[in-house]
This record gives sequence, structure tokens and C-alpha cells, in this order.
Amino acid sequence: MDDVFDITLTVNGRRVSRRVPVRQHLTDFLREELGLTSCHVGCEHGVCGACTVRVDGAATRGCLTLAVQADGAVVETLEGLSESGEIVDLQAAFVDRNALQCGYCTPGMLITAAEMLDAKQPMSRADIRTFLSGNYCRCTGYQAIVDAVETTLTARLAEQEPSA
Amino acid sequence: MSIAATNAPIGQSERRTKAKRLVTGRGRYTDDVTARRVLHAAFLTNPFAHARILSIETEEAAGLPGVERVFTGPDIADACNGWTGNHDLFPKLDSPQQYPLAVDVARWQGEGVAMVVAETRAIAEDAAALIDVTWEELPAVADPVANLEPGATVLHPGKSDNLALELRLGTDAVDAAFERSTLVLEESFRFGRHTGVPLETRAILAEFDPSEQRLVIHQSHQAPHQQQELFARLLDLDEQNVRIVCPDVGGAFGIKLQFSGDEAAVAVAARILGRPVKFVADRLESFTSDIHARDHQVSARMGFAVDGKITALEVDDIYAIGPYSIYPRASIMEGNHVMQLTAASYTVPAFRGRSRIVYQNKGLMGHYRAVGQPLGCAIGEVLLDRAARKLGVDPVEIRRQNYADLSAGPVTSSAGVALEGLVLHECLDTLVERMDLPELRAEQTRLRSQGRYRGIGIAGFIEQTGPGPNYYGKGGIPVSAQDGCVVRLEPSGKARVFSGATDQGQGADTAAAQVVAAALGIQADDVRVTLGDSEVCPYGGGAFASRGTSIGVEVAWRAGRRLRSQILELAGALLQCDAEALDLRDGQVIELATSQARFSLEDVARIGHFRPYELPEGFQPMMSAVEHYVPRDKPTVVGNGIQGSYLEVDVETGIVSLLNHWVVPDCGFVINPLLLDEQIRGGVVQGIGGALFEELVYDDQGQLLTATMADYLTPMAAEIPDIDVTRIEKPMGDKTLGAKGVGEAGTAGAVGAVLCAINDALVPLGAGIAQTPCTPARILTAIEQARNE
Ligand code: FES
Ligand code: FES
Repeated sequence: MDDVFDITLTVNGRRVSRRVPVRQHLTDFLREELGLTSCHVGCEHGVCGACTVRVDGAATRGCLTLAVQADGAVVETLEGLSESGEIVDLQAAFVDRNALQCGYCTPGMLITAAEMLDAKQPMSRADIRTFLSGNYCRCTGYQAIVDAVETTLTARLAEQEPSA
Repeated sequence: MSIAATNAPIGQSERRTKAKRLVTGRGRYTDDVTARRVLHAAFLTNPFAHARILSIETEEAAGLPGVERVFTGPDIADACNGWTGNHDLFPKLDSPQQYPLAVDVARWQGEGVAMVVAETRAIAEDAAALIDVTWEELPAVADPVANLEPGATVLHPGKSDNLALELRLGTDAVDAAFERSTLVLEESFRFGRHTGVPLETRAILAEFDPSEQRLVIHQSHQAPHQQQELFARLLDLDEQNVRIVCPDVGGAFGIKLQFSGDEAAVAVAARILGRPVKFVADRLESFTSDIHARDHQVSARMGFAVDGKITALEVDDIYAIGPYSIYPRASIMEGNHVMQLTAASYTVPAFRGRSRIVYQNKGLMGHYRAVGQPLGCAIGEVLLDRAARKLGVDPVEIRRQNYADLSAGPVTSSAGVALEGLVLHECLDTLVERMDLPELRAEQTRLRSQGRYRGIGIAGFIEQTGPGPNYYGKGGIPVSAQDGCVVRLEPSGKARVFSGATDQGQGADTAAAQVVAAALGIQADDVRVTLGDSEVCPYGGGAFASRGTSIGVEVAWRAGRRLRSQILELAGALLQCDAEALDLRDGQVIELATSQARFSLEDVARIGHFRPYELPEGFQPMMSAVEHYVPRDKPTVVGNGIQGSYLEVDVETGIVSLLNHWVVPDCGFVINPLLLDEQIRGGVVQGIGGALFEELVYDDQGQLLTATMADYLTPMAAEIPDIDVTRIEKPMGDKTLGAKGVGEAGTAGAVGAVLCAINDALVPLGAGIAQTPCTPARILTAIEQARNE
């Protein structure tokens, strides 16, 4: 009935092979097939950012990506980033600043923010707000999120400052 | 009972345990909950605003491989009692009977008409597309004003018009008062229809065990006990056999406080099929069938004396609801709030209010964050500003001189709101200081000479929160105003809390842990809180009307205090001394006289649980405590606050840039400042959404034109300024902790503040706007109109 396709990809460091319906998007694949439920569905039309995951290093909307498009890709979800400890500072800042209420936007928000932090560029609060604008949060009003990201950025930039 | 003002961790910015879980992707929302042999539901919904179902052909859909069953409206109605969204305090409201799916006539676009249950959601959707319905389109009732006119098309057969209910308040003495007024201002306000858009859509997983006639539902909802009662009643089940579990909830805001037909249909299907059935609304279904809010057209008149004193107020509201009053809470409160909360903090000598609630072929109207409070606030504050301009009175001064005089004790406003213990002047003075108003005015003037249009808005608001039992109880509506709480001492000397309050991220769990920890002399992290399970938690109302702090935390405090007394009794029995001579601090039982630790709490707990033989003969150790609390002395907690907005209007494009926003809320007694501030900020941004962006636009045929998140705009990070929150802390009294809920305070004042600021910016152009959202197009139209006048 459904057209299917065999895919092999790396998810959170593990190789995964599955036969998937060609119409299945990456978010449903991660959630339904792999149980990676940090990938959320907010709109399924590319606006809210709740489905953001990392595909080949770039923050990507899972709902706009078909699972078959991820064939051969390296996919990371918040489960993976938490396991590796890569954003432990950002996560701590979110908790400390209460930068989440319901937490539904949080996985996508963290992955987007992580991408920004990886650029290791100084950013104003306005820059941070602009960068995060593809990720909707309905609970916090954003300020605490901006604070948490700013704190993490400042700390990371200070760390990499060449010691004289 | 002493108020533990210095009792740590009360008053501290404790971090949320749940947040630690959610930031690592370990949230467990309803769709994350799975069940073996689960089936998935998809709906065929009404494509018209109003249509008769002449026939439904389901054979092809039912034949699709993977489809378990196709249900039509009558199939489901056979297995589910109908309901009406009526309210016994308003006997004239006679909302017609509803069933989970439309039975013969569908009355809003998006109303469920048939349901497919299949192995996967994708198959269910495929099958739903194969259902063939023969429709007879009926005329849409989609203009609340025109549809009140005599001769208008009547939505419900058998009714003489579309008026669901008319509310009236005040007296006709207002006419004479207007006549005596120096200045009478009149404005016609329009508040767009919008909705809450929780990022997680509505979701339900229903499981039925026929052998025990037991229904277990996981649902993204705010009020599990309400749902338990309703599902039991509508499906004729015994209430003790119905369990509603609300796992992590991805935003709710009142949207998840209602009873939905599609969710009822899912429970019915689970019962008929004897297999778990899951349904997660998609975003289109959310926009069409989540509850909507606002959609008011309000003619308001305000009279003033020459010195700026308010002389009279009239509020005439048309409130466009859906084709039915919402079940179970009824679509009334918003009209009431618009009348009651316009200029509610001011002395209004003469008042008359009317709200006409009108049926429409549009989505149902419910109780979105702050209900009608933002509207009442906006109406009063916009008119007050206009009066100040006309009379040459300073806008701050006109507010100050009109504030209700509470110096001699509580007063009742002429619209019937009991004003007590408010901090009106203190909030205003603090706001003026935080805004640095003179400097702001100077900057505004400077920039005006450069052709830039900045505006300053100030909006004070009154809130009615934490309601007692009168409104729903007397209305015959099974909504609990009380919360129960159990606190249990574990052998380790740590505690568990089970409460009838619920949390959707506000931090109700953390706040409960803080007060229980304070009562028991332990750390907040030593307390585990379980909420949102109708089976294991004491009965309670869940989350609505900012009740979590004033009721849910209060009852946790009381239960914690009771357990504390029991523990001290036990320790006293061990030590052969009076319990009064002991205290609990830092996990120890302390002798007050010497400040010496006599036992650890763990020692006492282990004796209580495992070695009670060490206690005197006959002593029964009580290791848990239960309390219930319902506010009995007042109908609601009335609070106040004020907000300020500073913004710039681009008069070429009509685009509003928000520059600053200030909030000074009256918080009563503060449990956790970190949680409180973020509740306020989140609420403000939802208010800003309503003021500037969010609108459910229907065409004149009742078709929703803004049914994606690309069309229905919610605020994004870049458009929102930092929000300055300055708390005014003043406990309510000495009988309770005195905490006030602030979940809606942000929303209540933001619309008014932004609307006032936009109007202020437009003054030099002679333009004004009284419609939300203030879209660029509407602002340009207002400017254009002023130019042509
Ligand atoms: S779910 Fe993908 S952007 Fe909203
Ligand atoms: S925390 Fe709820 S959507 Fe962001």
C-alpha cells in the first residue's frame, strides 16, 4: 500500500537501518520508529521549530524532511546531545534561568541555540532573539531563553579567550 | 498558624526538578505514551460553516487495509450521552444538546463528522479521505451584529433568534449621570477572535478494559478530576473506574480545560473496540476546534467631570460565541468580565453594562488565559487616556485621582467587584519610577520633531482569580473549587506530595515542594510532588483562573503543617515531652528550649514506619496527612497590577516596534520569585500576541482563513522586548499564606498597555485605533481616516 524505501543512517552515534514509508517525515520516523520523543510536533508545516533536530551538523526541521532524505545522514536529537554532554552548560543555564515552562519547545530551542553557540561569535541580545525566531515558545515570553543563551555564550567566549 | 515569611525555602528561587528532566529530552507528553495494540484515530470534519449531512458513505474507507472501524456521528452518539453547555445561574441560556460528532447538522467548520480508527494515523487519514458525505450547505451565521437583527437567519431551529444570553448589570441612573458630565467619550471597540496555541496540541490516549468496565485515559489536560467526572457521566461508567492521567502537558492556557467532542469520540471508540485508541490533533484541527476566545464588539461610553473624575460608564458588549455554549463551563464568563472589569479599579459613580452573547457558525468559545480581563482593562484605559488629553489632565494624574478609595476598607465597584487589599497607588508610583516617565516623555517629544512616532501606554488592571465554589458549584457545573493534598513522610525522612492541583510548566509542583519543605524543615529537593492523576491524587480543581498558588499551594502548606504536627507528636511521645517544645529544622527534631537536635527526621520516620514498638503503648504513628482547602470567604481573590508599554509606530508601514515593557504586579506573598516573574513575562507576551498579531479571521461564509501558523501569527523572540517586572508583595491576610496567582496578570494588562501606547503614538496624526490586533493595515487605515477627516 505505502511505497517504502530502505534507509541507513546514523542517529545519535548509532547506525540504524529501517524500511520506511516514503511519505514519512523525519520527526515521525525518529519518534515512532526509534522512540526518540524529544523531537516534537508543533505544526507539521515548518513554522514552529518544535521538531528541530541536527542533520549533518545543521539544525533542521524534522517535519519538513522526509525520512528517506536522511538516508546516509548523521542525525542528532536532544537525547544524543544530552548523552554526549555537548550542551550541558546550555541545559544547566536553561534550568537555572527557568528558560522553559512546559518544555515542549525546549528540545528544538536547545538545538537551534547550540548551532548559534557553535559559531563562537559575540552576539547581542537582539541578535540572539533574531537567531531564535524560527523557534516558537508559547510559555516563557522568550526573555529567560535569551538570558540563558546569552549566559552560555558569554561563558564559552570567555573560555576560549587566548590566555596571554 | 504562623505565616512562614522567613521559612526557607519559601520565597526562594528554587529551580524546577521537572525542568531538569525536560531539558534532556525526557519529557513524557501524551503522544509519548504508548500502549500495546494501540489504534489511531483521524476525523473527517465539516468543510462548511453550517451544513446538513444528507448521507455518509463509509464502505470504501472501512475496506482500506489497516482500518479497524469507521464511526459516524450517530454511531458514537449511540454510545455516549449528549451534553449541553448550560449554567444553572443563567437559566435563560438554553444551549442545544451536543454529541461528540455532528449527528445531522454540522455547525462549525472543523466539527467532527466521522472518525476512522486504524493501525496507523496515516492509514486513518487516508481512509477519512475516502468517506463520501453528501452535504446540503446551510446559510452561515457569521456576523454577530447583523445576526442579532430581526429577520436574520437563525442558527438553531426552534429558536427565535441568535441571542444565546443577555447579561445586564448596573442601573439606568447612568443616563442622568452622562447628562451631567462635562465630557462624554464614546468608542466602539473590536477585539479579534484568537486562541491559545499551546505548542503541544490536544492529545488523548484512551484504554478500556471491558472486564472491569474501567476507562484509563492519558490526556493533555489541565483538570483530570473534571475529566474523570465527565467521562464517567457521559459514558455511564462508575466514576471510581475512570482514571485520567495528565502526563507532561505542552502548554494549555485554558485551551486544555474543556471537554472536546473528538476526544469523547476516541474514548467511545476505545470502549467499543476494547483496544487503546490515540488521537493527537493536528494544527489545523487545533485552530478550528480548540476553544477560541475574545471576539467582542464593545460600545463603551465614559463620562467625566471637568477635573477628570469619572462620572459614568456604560459598556455594551456583543460576544460572538460558537454554535453552542462550551461544555462544561459555559461561554459566559468573558462577557461578564468585559462588563465588570472595565475601569474596575476606579470609582465609577454610575454604571450600566450589557453583554449579548450571540451564536455563530464558528469555533466554540471558552476560557483562554485571563478570559475577558484584558478587554475590560483595555477599554477603560484607552478611554481614560482620551479623556486626559481632552481635559488637559496628566494621564498618570487622571488615574491617581480616580482610583477607588480603599482607605476606609473594602468597597464594591458599581459593576459588583469587591475591591479589597489592593495596592493601586503603590503599583502606579512604582511603574512611573521604573519607566522613568519624564525622561521617556522627553525622548518621545524629541523624536517627534524628527518625524518618529513613539507612544507610551499605561494600563492598570483588576483580576479575579482563585475562585471559590459559587460560580461553578451553584451553576450545577461539576468543577471543583477545592484542592486536596496528601503529604507522606518516607522512612528516609523525605516526603512525597500528592495534590489535586496540576502543572503545565508554571511550577505548581515546585511551589508545593517549597511550602511542604518549609513545613517539615527539609529541602525542596527532598520533596517529590505527584500531580495530574485523578486516581492517586486527592480530588481537586486542577489549573484554571490562576488558582494554583492561592489554592493549590495553600493546601500543600496546610497538609505539610499537619504532617509536621503529627511528626512532632510522635517525637514528643519518644522524648516524653510536649510536642509544642519541639521544632523541625534542617532535617532534625529540635528541642526549642536548647536548640539541640534530638533526632534526625529520618530516625523518627524509621521508628514510625518500622519500629513503632519503641513508642509508648497505644500510640499510633500518623505518617501521612491530608488537608483540603477551598476559599469560602470571598467569591474570588481580587488582585491588581499595572503595565507600561513604550513603542514606535512606523507611520509609513504601520508596523509597531515594541521597545520596552514594564509590569508591576501585586503578588501577595511570594513563594518563588523566579517562577513568578516568568509567569508574568509569558503572560505579557500572550497579551502582546492578542494586541498586535493573533487573529482567527473568518470570512462571511464562516470559513477560517488563518488556520496555519504561517497565517495565524504568534509572537516570536525578535519582536518581543525584554520585560521589566517589579513585584509588589503584600500578603492577603492572616488566615492563609496570602499568595496570589499571577498566571493571568501578564495577559490581563498587556493588551491595554500596548493599545494605549499605539494610540499615544498616533495622537500627533489625530488618529486613534480601538481594534485588536493592531495590524499594520489597521494602523494605516486609522492614519488614513484621520488624514481625510
Ligand atoms: S513541527 Fe516542524 S516546524 Fe513545527
Ligand atoms: S516552554 Fe512551553 S512552548 Fe516553550
